[in-house]
Amino acid sequence: MRLDIAKKALALGLGLALLAGCGGGTEQTADGPVELSFWAWAPDIDKVVDKWNASHPDAKVVVSKQAQGDDLVTKLLTSAKGGNPPDLAQVEFQALPTLVSNDVLADISEGAAAVKDKFAPGIWDQVTLGGSGVYAVPQDSGPMMFYYRADLFEQYGLKVPTTWDEYAQTARDLRAKAPDRFLGTFSANDPGWFAGLVQQAGGSWWSVDGDAWKVSVDDAATRKVAQYWSGLIAEGSIDKSPMYTPEWNKALNDGVQIGWLSAVWAPGVLKGNAEGTAGKWAMAPMPQWDAAKPRTGNWGGSTTAVTAGSKKQKAATEFAVWLNTDPAAVELLVKESGIYPAATSAQEAQSQPPSFFANQPDFYSQAAKIAATSSGFTWGPNVNVTYTAYKNAMGEAISSGGDLVPALAKMQAATVDDMKANGFTVGG
Amino acid sequence: MRARLGGLPTFVLLLGAAYCLFPVAWVLIAATKSTGELFSTSTLSVGSSLVANLGELHGYRGGVFWQWVANSALYAGVGALLSAALSGVTGYALAKYAFRGRALIFNALIAGVLVPAVVLAIPQYLLLSKVGLTDTYLSVLLPSVISPYGIYLARIYAAASVPEDVVEAARTDGASEVRILGSIALPMMVPGLVTVFLFQFVSIWNNFMLPYIMLADDGKFPVTLGLYTMLKQGNTTPALYTLVVTGSLVSVLPLIALFLTLQRYWRIDLLSGAVKA
Repeated sequence: MRLDIAKKALALGLGLALLAGCGGGTEQTADGPVELSFWAWAPDIDKVVDKWNASHPDAKVVVSKQAQGDDLVTKLLTSAKGGNPPDLAQVEFQALPTLVSNDVLADISEGAAAVKDKFAPGIWDQVTLGGSGVYAVPQDSGPMMFYYRADLFEQYGLKVPTTWDEYAQTARDLRAKAPDRFLGTFSANDPGWFAGLVQQAGGSWWSVDGDAWKVSVDDAATRKVAQYWSGLIAEGSIDKSPMYTPEWNKALNDGVQIGWLSAVWAPGVLKGNAEGTAGKWAMAPMPQWDAAKPRTGNWGGSTTAVTAGSKKQKAATEFAVWLNTDPAAVELLVKESGIYPAATSAQEAQSQPPSFFANQPDFYSQAAKIAATSSGFTWGPNVNVTYTAYKNAMGEAISSGGDLVPALAKMQAATVDDMKANGFTVGG
Repeated sequence: MRARLGGLPTFVLLLGAAYCLFPVAWVLIAATKSTGELFSTSTLSVGSSLVANLGELHGYRGGVFWQWVANSALYAGVGALLSAALSGVTGYALAKYAFRGRALIFNALIAGVLVPAVVLAIPQYLLLSKVGLTDTYLSVLLPSVISPYGIYLARIYAAASVPEDVVEAARTDGASEVRILGSIALPMMVPGLVTVFLFQFVSIWNNFMLPYIMLADDGKFPVTLGLYTMLKQGNTTPALYTLVVTGSLVSVLPLIALFLTLQRYWRIDLLSGAVKA
């Protein structure tokens, strides 16, 4: 009797497994129309994809909206391990080495190498990882800029800082004139922001030397940046609360934060978080270390990549190239998804300023000039580890007085240890 | 002495209640604010655009929010139902039959209670991808059906609420084991199974990691995952805070409704215990 039940249960289990075997893994024939799955987070990107689908019935792209962030990298890694990654994925620049070293992404140089000239060299290097392969097509970039409340600057008689010394002085002047306001904040929550500042200062956290990686998170340029901000924090000239919190949003709204070192996409964020301040902001180039040689870093930016596990890499590559270089497609990307295109010609083609910056008609021509001063940067295979170490170590440094320099050693150690543990050769 | 102490526990409980309920009140109030009001008006002042927020939520990407709610209801409803059934049968078997390896199975289950579900998500993904089940409704349902805690609870409950005499009497009358389980034991275990159902329902409804790893297609997302995609659209665009807050409010309503309707079973549970004693 009891055995009977067991037998039935076993049969049921086997049946389920068989059913599953039949249901999954639909192989597509080589020459029929194909369907490409595409993981992306850019808002309204489905509308751009619809345009592709209308003219390419034989290679239909299906967008699946995902949440942006480090978790998505984990999800991509897992899906590739399980053998069913999407055909295409939106990937941030700094995640590319992680995915390439785990064999998640396909080398699409055959179909994509030809569009090299459509991008600035600093951007293109990030999708080739400095080698001969091409692992993604750049989609958007985030050259950093300085945003400030023009009305309050005028009210307090402040001048727009062009160097970091001036920035510090402006911060002090503002505190003296209006003790409840800040020129900006140092955010222990935004490693991408800090990495952008380091790029501007000429830092380079990773480099490849023959077969070995070189990690220099704790290098002179990074120390210079950390020391600079430590000084401002110590004297209380700037705020030290993190960005992208409800508190920070409120501070943008009520003018407690009157400046933001951000990137080209800031207007969209400001519009969403501080709608009431429309028309009061202005954009200027970043404060400089060396005014004679203006530079900027990149904060954010992503690519369209094709996965190694995809069985339709050729069609997928075609789509990735189209999405990011076809003038009509890029124009739609800008309009619908609100991105700042990585393609150089598209950067120059934008004539209208963002709606939130109607008071600055030359917004995009200025932005394109700033973008041209972007420093290149080589990302390592474990940026997520460095970023996590940043959040922990910087958060600790801020709550225990504000000397940020020791945090760099912790980030360096965490990065190197993790790379060694994962079998990378790390040189001295 | 006792009388003087009397006020203190009540006060502590009130404090606890306020601690738990304040976030809910915050969500309720924040859901009435427009984007402009959310970060610029006082926390406790009620906004004016609840209806507008709901309308916007409804219109977001062609009403995909309701698809997510329906998915959540499916995962949590079907998953919890199956889980309660499985827990009931397994708990009964473990409580009422003496067989070789019973202690081993039970101890393994207890160990299972200690393993957080988050840790299992990736191994489960890799296993399910071997049988081609990832990115399907089943991929979220199947792992949710087995709940070590539910089985543990059902075993305790079966041992306490199904008297051995009743089972023996039924056997003597010639009832088959299946009949005893279906017509006698399970009905006696209903209050316990309702508890399992509720626990599982809430945990599946709130589950994030498992569907996050399993599902690629955003049309199959449960509401937790859907709201997360609205929150994380990349740093180039602001998070859709108002929509997420309003969506959170809408998504806790079914849980509240479920608890209020199933609450009476718990009261019966307490009563039956008292009668027995």
